[in-house]
Amino acid sequence: MSNKNIYRPQSKFQYSSYLYIFPAFVFYILFVLFPLGDTLYTSFTEWNGISEKKWVGLDQYIKNLSDKKITSSIKHSFILIIFYSFLPIIIGLLIAGLMIRVKIRGMATYRAILFLPQILSMIVVGISWRWIYAPKGPLNAGLDYLGLEDVSRAWLGSFDYSLIAVGLIGTWVMFGFTMILFIAGVQKIPSELYDAAKVDGAGAISEFFNVTLPNLRGEIIVALIFTVTLALRNFDLIYITTGGGPGTSTMIPSMFIYKKAFQMGQVGSASSLGIMLTLMIFTLVSIILITFREKK
Amino acid sequence: MNYKNKEKFIAHAIFLTGTILVLYPFFSILFLALSEPGKRISGFVLPSGIYFDNFIKAWVGGSFNTALLNSFIVVVFVVLVTLICATLAAYAFEKLNIFGITPLFALLLIGLVLPYESIVISYYYGMRSLGLVNTHLSLILPQIGLSIPFSIFWLRASFKSIPKSLSEAAMIEGAGRWVILIKILLPQMIPALLTLTVLLFMWTWNEFLLALIMIQDADMRTAPLALSYFAGNKRYGDPAITAAAAIWVALPVLIIYIFLQRRFISGMVTGSIKE
Repeated sequence: MSNKNIYRPQSKFQYSSYLYIFPAFVFYILFVLFPLGDTLYTSFTEWNGISEKKWVGLDQYIKNLSDKKITSSIKHSFILIIFYSFLPIIIGLLIAGLMIRVKIRGMATYRAILFLPQILSMIVVGISWRWIYAPKGPLNAGLDYLGLEDVSRAWLGSFDYSLIAVGLIGTWVMFGFTMILFIAGVQKIPSELYDAAKVDGAGAISEFFNVTLPNLRGEIIVALIFTVTLALRNFDLIYITTGGGPGTSTMIPSMFIYKKAFQMGQVGSASSLGIMLTLMIFTLVSIILITFREKK
Repeated sequence: MNYKNKEKFIAHAIFLTGTILVLYPFFSILFLALSEPGKRISGFVLPSGIYFDNFIKAWVGGSFNTALLNSFIVVVFVVLVTLICATLAAYAFEKLNIFGITPLFALLLIGLVLPYESIVISYYYGMRSLGLVNTHLSLILPQIGLSIPFSIFWLRASFKSIPKSLSEAAMIEGAGRWVILIKILLPQMIPALLTLTVLLFMWTWNEFLLALIMIQDADMRTAPLALSYFAGNKRYGDPAITAAAAIWVALPVLIIYIFLQRRFISGMVTGSIKE
């Protein structure tokens, strides 16, 4: 038995304790906080990467916000949120709602397979889907087989369909994750809550809205933050599938940051876009946390 | 069919549909890669035989031997240094009495949400002024910094779950902070550390944008970067060879996943909840 109730030794405050956090913070400050500050500073300048930085205040932000290509790239990101976030979350919730108390064999195998898209490089995922969507790829072959030759096309090269085609890749990457997350959550809900709802005469639908949904609050927050931030960042997949094209029809802010900074020599403008992307993500994460916080 | 069985049937049907949807793209490039070289297979057809020629061509053409080695070097350093730094910091945060802990922790929150896509510009010009562009260090250093916030959060939570009485008993016997960490706490943390290792390995292995901007020499490319050049240059070339190249890059993570899938899944699911 420990002498728990008599004497609780406390680790005394010692300055040398800071030595333990020192290495981590050196890396963190040098390679996260400093670059962030540096990007913020560059965002207020005009710079081509070679000459002297010229202070221009908020000019880059104003220019970016009045550039149609930039604002439409932000719009694309929000459309992608529907595919990366809303669709997988709705699919995951519906399926989790069906899976209450269902225990089946082979769950571990299903889980391992459904999770697969999460662990692979987006470059690999993008290459697989480039083939699926290719003019002579499986999707078009399937459509031809069904007699729908008129529908088949070069999906990723189409002005009208490329954004949706990329979005559906996002849905494909995410739906397994949301399913697993929500099913795990549902199984933690005490079955008394469902029994009580049954006693009150609740049907399947009211059970879903009154018991399942409120009890998955934590999981929904996690899924929203995870998928929304990925939809907004999303560089690898766009780079390998469409490169932002055709035209600028799948252009997103992170792709513009790359192009402006490393191909067009507009480093100041790219930095301000970077700060805008950061602010967008911080704002959306805050909105999610505030909207879904525990209500008293 | 009684009620229970009908439910199970529906559950299996749903999961099987999901499984097919997930696996189809992978199998379609696997079949493509295994198909007879030069012969285009379209859509649904199974390959007429198994040929490994595409894999050999991809391996040689994309110089994946050096690419995999580069990735491996970067991963080992990022994972090792992050694990050491984050363990020490998480220990101090959770078990040592430190003045100013709350603001320091809040500072880490920035790194947890920050999209690194927005600061890569600064990485590039910073590394260029240090003369480090095109080196392993230019990939390793930023990724350590970026991995640290999540790792500290993750490890702090598992330090918290160790009962206080363990370290208190040692403290009474006069053990110092260092001894308590190494001898008492770390042995309890092995599962948490292993899961974190797996996650860090996966994230670092799959990292692409940083490598894209830092690396110009063909023989310094990491595996995903080599794959992208390969696929990009030969966009109108043979998709079967590109498919084989994609499989080479996916293989290391896939093999580890087969053995440690529970850690991957529980890590990503509970890890994101802990955040």
